[in-house]
Amino acid sequence: MSDSLLLAFGIGLAFGWTLERAGLGRATKVVGQFTRTDFVVFKVMFSAIVTAMLGVFWLSRFGLVDRAAIYVPTTYLMPQALGGLIFGAGFVVAGLCPGTSCVSAASGRGDGATVVAGMLVGMLAGGALLPFINSFYGSTNRGVWQLPALLHLSYGGVVLLVVLAALAGFGIVERLERA
Amino acid sequence: MPRAPRPFADPYLAGVALGLVLLTSFVWAGRGLGASGGFARAAAAVAAAAAPEATSRNAYFAGYLEPAAPIWRDWLVVELAGVFIGGALSARLARRQTLGVDRGARTAIAPRLLMAAGGGAVMGLGALLARGCTSGQALTGGALLSVGSWAFMLAAFAGAYALSPAIKRFWTAA
Repeated sequence: MSDSLLLAFGIGLAFGWTLERAGLGRATKVVGQFTRTDFVVFKVMFSAIVTAMLGVFWLSRFGLVDRAAIYVPTTYLMPQALGGLIFGAGFVVAGLCPGTSCVSAASGRGDGATVVAGMLVGMLAGGALLPFINSFYGSTNRGVWQLPALLHLSYGGVVLLVVLAALAGFGIVERLERA
Repeated sequence: MPRAPRPFADPYLAGVALGLVLLTSFVWAGRGLGASGGFARAAAAVAAAAAPEATSRNAYFAGYLEPAAPIWRDWLVVELAGVFIGGALSARLARRQTLGVDRGARTAIAPRLLMAAGGGAVMGLGALLARGCTSGQALTGGALLSVGSWAFMLAAFAGAYALSPAIKRFWTAA
C-alpha cells in the first residue's frame, strides 16, 4: 500500500474509533438529537468543528500550515441547501448518517448494515436521475466561498463567532437535557 | 456471565478527539474527512459493472471513475474501510460488538429495517445533490468555514427537525 493510502486508512481507523467511542454507532443514541433527549450529535460535531477550526487558524497564524494547501469544499448553494434538507429527512428516519452507519454495521447492528445498503441504492438511483437535473446540480456555483467573505469579517473574527456560538449551543443543550 | 459493555466516552472529549483526527487529515493529507464519497465511488463501480456504456456517459459517475485507479486504491474507499475496521475494533474492545437491531421500544424489527433502507436511500440522494454528508460537508467544510457546507449543515438539521414530529413515535419509548 502506498504512503498516501496508508494515511487514508489510518485516518479512517481513527475516525471510526472516535465515532464508536462517542456512542454514535447506535441509532437510538443518535436520534436523541431529534427527540431532544440526548444531544450527543451536536456536542461531538461542534467540539470537533471548533477543535479543527482553531487548529487550522493557529497553525497557519504561526506559519506552520499553509491554509491555501487545504482543499475547501466548493459552494453550490442551492443544490447543497436542498440536498441538506433531503439528507436531514433521510437521517432522522434512518437514525444514522453515512459514517455512523458503517460504525453501526461494524458493531454488529443489522439496522446499520441496512442503512449502508440503502445509501448505495439511493446513490445509484440518484446518479441515474442526475442527467435530468444536471442544470440544477451545477447551479449557483460560487467557487470557494467562505464565511469571512459572506459576513465581511476577518477570518479570526468568524473563528471567534463560531466558538462563541458553539459554547452558547452547548449551554442550551445541557439545559434541555436536564429539563 | 459476560462482563457489561463499557460506558460511552464523554461527548465533548470524543468531539475534541474527532477534531484532532480532522486536523491531522487537513495538515497531512490536505483534505478533510469523508464518508458518502466512498459510497458514491462504490455506487459508480457497481454502475460501471452493470452498464458500462451508460455509466461512462453519466457525468456524476464518470467523475468518480475518471482517475481510473482500482476501487481498492481509491482514497475515499480506503478511508471508509478504515472507518469500518476502527469502529469494529473500538466496539469489540469496549464489549459493545453484539448482533442486534437498534430500534425504538415500540418498533418491531421489520419496520425498523424498512426505515433504515428507505432513510438510507433518501440520505444517499441528499448527499449526492449536496456533494457530501455530515463528514465531508458539515465537519470538514464546517471547520473550513465554507458557506455551502454551513448551508448544508443548517438545512440538514432543519430537514431532520421538520420530519421528527412525524417519525418520533418510532424512536421513543412512550
